[in-house]
Amino acid sequence: MVTLHFVPYTEIEPLSGVGRIRKLLSIAKENKIVLLQGRLRQEEETELIKTTMEEINKEFKGIELAVINPSETAKDGLQKLKYDVLGYLFGDTQGLTIIGPSSIVKKIKNDPGQIELLTSELRQSKASVTHSRSNSEVRQIKSGASKVQEAARKKRK
Amino acid sequence: MIGRLKAFFKQFWDFGPRQNFKLGLYGPPNSGKTTLANKICLDWLGQEMGTTSAIPHETREINVKDQITIKGKTGKELMFNLVDTPGIATKIDYEDFMKAGMSAGKAKKRAREATKGVIESIKWLDQVDTVLVVLDCTEDPYSQVNVTIIGNLAARNIPVLIVANKIDLKKASLRKVQSAFPQYEVFGISAKYGKNMDEFYEKLFELAAK
Repeated sequence: MVTLHFVPYTEIEPLSGVGRIRKLLSIAKENKIVLLQGRLRQEEETELIKTTMEEINKEFKGIELAVINPSETAKDGLQKLKYDVLGYLFGDTQGLTIIGPSSIVKKIKNDPGQIELLTSELRQSKASVTHSRSNSEVRQIKSGASKVQEAARKKRK
Repeated sequence: MIGRLKAFFKQFWDFGPRQNFKLGLYGPPNSGKTTLANKICLDWLGQEMGTTSAIPHETREINVKDQITIKGKTGKELMFNLVDTPGIATKIDYEDFMKAGMSAGKAKKRAREATKGVIESIKWLDQVDTVLVVLDCTEDPYSQVNVTIIGNLAARNIPVLIVANKIDLKKASLRKVQSAFPQYEVFGISAKYGKNMDEFYEKLFELAAK
């Protein structure tokens, strides 16, 4: 079973850059796929990769990362302007960031209007604590606010 | 801020390409960074810079080759220090190296060194002056690692040229790379076979002048 963990932007907004990264990584390390409302800052994204590398061990092999930026998926200049203005007004709350542990998310295909997650199910072996991969399946998460709301509803349940 | 100040003063004192700057090679693993570094070094110094391999993360340390001087068509010279960096990735699994035929011990060691290499590459973003982002143009360019590297360089006001490598391969698509990064110049080469290298060196002069 794949668990999606929705993180509203208000939850990371008061945190420092390091705090945001620690919070998101700690969720990913629980074998959950993080759906973050909005985006991290450019330097935080780089720091996320760096911190991920520092934390790689026997159990945690890294992450798959994808960001949908509505401004970049705009179909025309007017739409881009609209998203740029919204971005200016509301900061990094626009868009969607997906962080999945690489033990579950084999690949994220960002195309760039929609995101495809290729996941591997985890099967716990009785003999050892290590996970083995099986039954790959493709899940799709389309961009847009409706999908963010859908994830929020799941969390409330 | 420093970038803006540099750009401001540059308009008054612009006498051509910079000299003796650090030219970084960045990109995901196995995109051909070291192959390109080797080609540049072989063309202008007569010796290679590092080893290459089909197994990812062959380059796990920063390699710097000082004072490479290239000559342009007009006889102008450009001198730079070439910085070859380990490929940036978000995941490293030693089991992947074992699947490529490595022993468990060697695979674990390679994975450990590779994670350190990625950290070093990111740290070196503060030290390079100009960057060639080397992408394998047979692969999907929309990877978040590519977007993050390029976005980070833009935020630091570091001049960037996207080098779409491996254009000799059947699956190569220069157009796909161009459509992924429309605001950047993309130049296609084959570092392995030396395709478009003369034009590439001319592009380096343009990049150094930015």
